[in-house]
Amino acid sequence: MNTSLMHNSPIFRELQDSPLAVILKRYPFAAEHLESLGFSFDFSSVLTLEQELRCIDSLERDERGLCIEEVLKKTALFIEQMLNFLGLQRETRLETVSLYPGFDKNGNPEGFDVLTFRPSELISIVGPTGSGKSRLLADIEWMAQGDTPSGRRVMINDREPDRRFRFSAGEKLVAQLSQNMNFVMDLSVGEFLRIHAESRFVERQQQHVEAVVLKANELAGEPFSPEIAVTSLSGGQSRALMIADTAMLSGSPIVLIDEIENAGIDRRKALDLLLSKEKIVLMATHDPLLALTADRRLVIGNGGIREIIGTSSEERAILRRLEALDRSLQRLRGELRRGKRISRFEM
Amino acid sequence: MKLITVSGPPSSGKTSVILKTIESLHVKKRSVAVAKFDCLSTDDDKRYAAAKIPVQKGLSGGLCPDHYFVSNIEEVCRWGDDGGFDLLITESAGLCNRCSPYFKEVLAVCVVDNLSGIGTPKKIGPLLKHADIVVITKGDIVSQAEREVFASRVGVVNPSALVLHINGLTGQGAFELASLILDNARPLPSVQEMHLRFPMPSALCSYCLGETRVGEAFQLGNVRKIVIKDKKEG
Repeated sequence: MNTSLMHNSPIFRELQDSPLAVILKRYPFAAEHLESLGFSFDFSSVLTLEQELRCIDSLERDERGLCIEEVLKKTALFIEQMLNFLGLQRETRLETVSLYPGFDKNGNPEGFDVLTFRPSELISIVGPTGSGKSRLLADIEWMAQGDTPSGRRVMINDREPDRRFRFSAGEKLVAQLSQNMNFVMDLSVGEFLRIHAESRFVERQQQHVEAVVLKANELAGEPFSPEIAVTSLSGGQSRALMIADTAMLSGSPIVLIDEIENAGIDRRKALDLLLSKEKIVLMATHDPLLALTADRRLVIGNGGIREIIGTSSEERAILRRLEALDRSLQRLRGELRRGKRISRFEM
Repeated sequence: MKLITVSGPPSSGKTSVILKTIESLHVKKRSVAVAKFDCLSTDDDKRYAAAKIPVQKGLSGGLCPDHYFVSNIEEVCRWGDDGGFDLLITESAGLCNRCSPYFKEVLAVCVVDNLSGIGTPKKIGPLLKHADIVVITKGDIVSQAEREVFASRVGVVNPSALVLHINGLTGQGAFELASLILDNARPLPSVQEMHLRFPMPSALCSYCLGETRVGEAFQLGNVRKIVIKDKKEG
């Protein structure tokens, strides 16, 4: 769809003029793309990609779907996107995400001027089922520009976001922690994390893997090793792994959470971990402990944001009591797990 | 009338994605019809009919579903033209990963799902490689990490496609696909001059013609033999 301008791109010309060996040395990641096309090649080839392709019998080329023009275009595009992605990882810093109001389901305007979120900020979202929480999360995920049913607009660093944030696989601004936390890969924890690190082109992968496992173990009730299969983790352990992984390996600066369940993880620590990695955390929840932990909460009703409530000092005092209650419950849970009898309960 | 083709492996969620997308297209006041191509049997047409969406069903039976598709697209488009719809969506059988029932001039959408495993994008072939838009479904069932790995592997195989996550149950993302379709699908004067993006599988061996007996003596026509490697070569 967007390959029409490729002929003028410097990468395209480079690809036409330089031997494959030079290209692959300069852009090692291109090998993966070429292999995925079913093109087998010699890393030390002095021929250009086009010459290499012409060496393949034309019948066989057709058979494998290797249209020369197409391969050149897509490879150039892939290299360009990767350079962009790697550059972005280093340079772009998200300072603010601003939400401009739209309309509720009856077409009434939302009653706020602009809502600005900053890194390391936690915002809770409350409202009954069907009230429009998912639409709000989707608007942010899609970087709405007045083109969704709510009519809201989202700005990044006070500017209209680049369209590539919507579509490019590697540059999503939003990571989503869903309620369902299953793994379908049949891999060990270590392999799983290595593949994720690889797909993000992270350097020093082993260190990353170890760091994520360490953090996950701080969140989970029962520790696990990187050798264990992801599919055999308990509910709490997989939740902990997923949160640690999203905090530390996902490149997306905004994390959307649809309720962190209580089972087996320290939710406070989980949120702190995400916030310490400069993520903006938006969390849909009805849990008073989590909702009051946020600095602000958005009240959603009939498809619109009805109210923005800053957590008051009175609410903070209530939160401290809730935290004490939660600690007591955690302690009881721990004692039951260790096979003890319960003899006292304090708040 | 505009035409788009939607394809993808079986059970990847094509019908659910199309149904949710049409809901959004209806909100945008567009009339939409669907042609469902399948192989032996399908109840998907009932799902469209239940949603009051005009639908045609085509079963290829003993024929290659994609050959069947391309030899019937003209009739289906005529039906769409006569009905005066704004948009006609064709949904493929999604049987053989080798094929891509895509035309050069027609917006091509491929639906794949996260549950199919992270190796799948490399296995799918033209169906995925030649799509303009790749929709990834069932993201709510897997972890964020798996979604990221899967999407990045789709990007390796097809860097020019727009990649979109859609939840076929809640419809999250379907509105966005509807917008993309309206922005990118072009009106179609006639299908007669259209070209396929990738040739269909070549055929015409004796088995295409109904041969059931096994053995070299019965293999006539376009036959290719497997290369058996020596044990030593591994």
